[in-house]
Amino acid sequence: MSDIADRVKKIVVEHLDVEEDKVTETASFIDDLGADSLDTVELVMAFEEEFGIEIPDDAAETIQTFGDAVKFITEAS
Amino acid sequence: MFDLTGKNALITGASGGIGGAIAKALYDAGATVALSGTRVEPLEALAAELGERAHVLPCNLSDKESVEALPKQAAEAMGSVDILVNNAGITRDNLFMRMSDDEWDSVLNVNLTSTFRLCKGVLRGMMKARWGRIVNISSIVGATGNPGQGNYAASKAGMVGMSKSLAYEVATRGITVNCVAPGFIATAMTDKLTDDQKSKIDAQIPAGRMGTPEEIAAAVVYLASQEAGYTTGTTLHVNGGMAML
Repeated sequence: MSDIADRVKKIVVEHLDVEEDKVTETASFIDDLGADSLDTVELVMAFEEEFGIEIPDDAAETIQTFGDAVKFITEAS
Repeated sequence: MFDLTGKNALITGASGGIGGAIAKALYDAGATVALSGTRVEPLEALAAELGERAHVLPCNLSDKESVEALPKQAAEAMGSVDILVNNAGITRDNLFMRMSDDEWDSVLNVNLTSTFRLCKGVLRGMMKARWGRIVNISSIVGATGNPGQGNYAASKAGMVGMSKSLAYEVATRGITVNCVAPGFIATAMTDKLTDDQKSKIDAQIPAGRMGTPEEIAAAVVYLASQEAGYTTGTTLHVNGGMAML
């Protein structure tokens, strides 16, 4: 697993307080990992800080799963 | 009773009578304060009167860029913004049938839109800290209406609905959002009224007198306190019984 994926996973595990093995490629933050809509906003904020990137609101809306987040951040950074 | 030591508060409209009293009360409760307003001189004078935990951050709330920069400037000056008091407001009174788009827009822009922007600007820090207090200064006329103040009343009622919506969204994060709705408060503005006008106003108030800026400030200190953590989405009416809501 790439370094980016590891760092994203760490944020997700810490923030949503979930088991690491639940955070799979297709795991949806809201449907599978118990996030509410505000959690997803906070995750995006945390990603922005960790990777020093800006994630515009319209892009943030497309980040639904762990895989989406890794893909977006890999492309952006 | 309410100790705000270690908390950092941003107050808009701090050059006015009510805003100045709010800043002083928060400062006296132990908070560090960032005083914002359009007029630098009264802000500097207030900061000098308060002491070293007071910072001056002039801002024109009708200018979008200045408003968006203010939370960042406050966080830089104080380290964080834990308490936001949106107190600044303007009036451009006119009869509804004569009210211009400009009179409507400028009041809504300064009173409501800048409040929206400032709330948005401080939320990130409050979310991370899992603690925040937002107090929006509404008005009795937001609930009762007032002839000649269609724009002002709309902006003040708008604050209440906006605050409740935001209160819903951030309640799980330890952030409360409330309003204080003053009635008639004795300030430089009401000093200009004649004795006859004042006695007519007093006659409408069950308490028989106008309120003081300190009485509004006391309500703000409560809502900003640790102890008020379970109070959110509410409007505290401080009006001497003029409207019991």
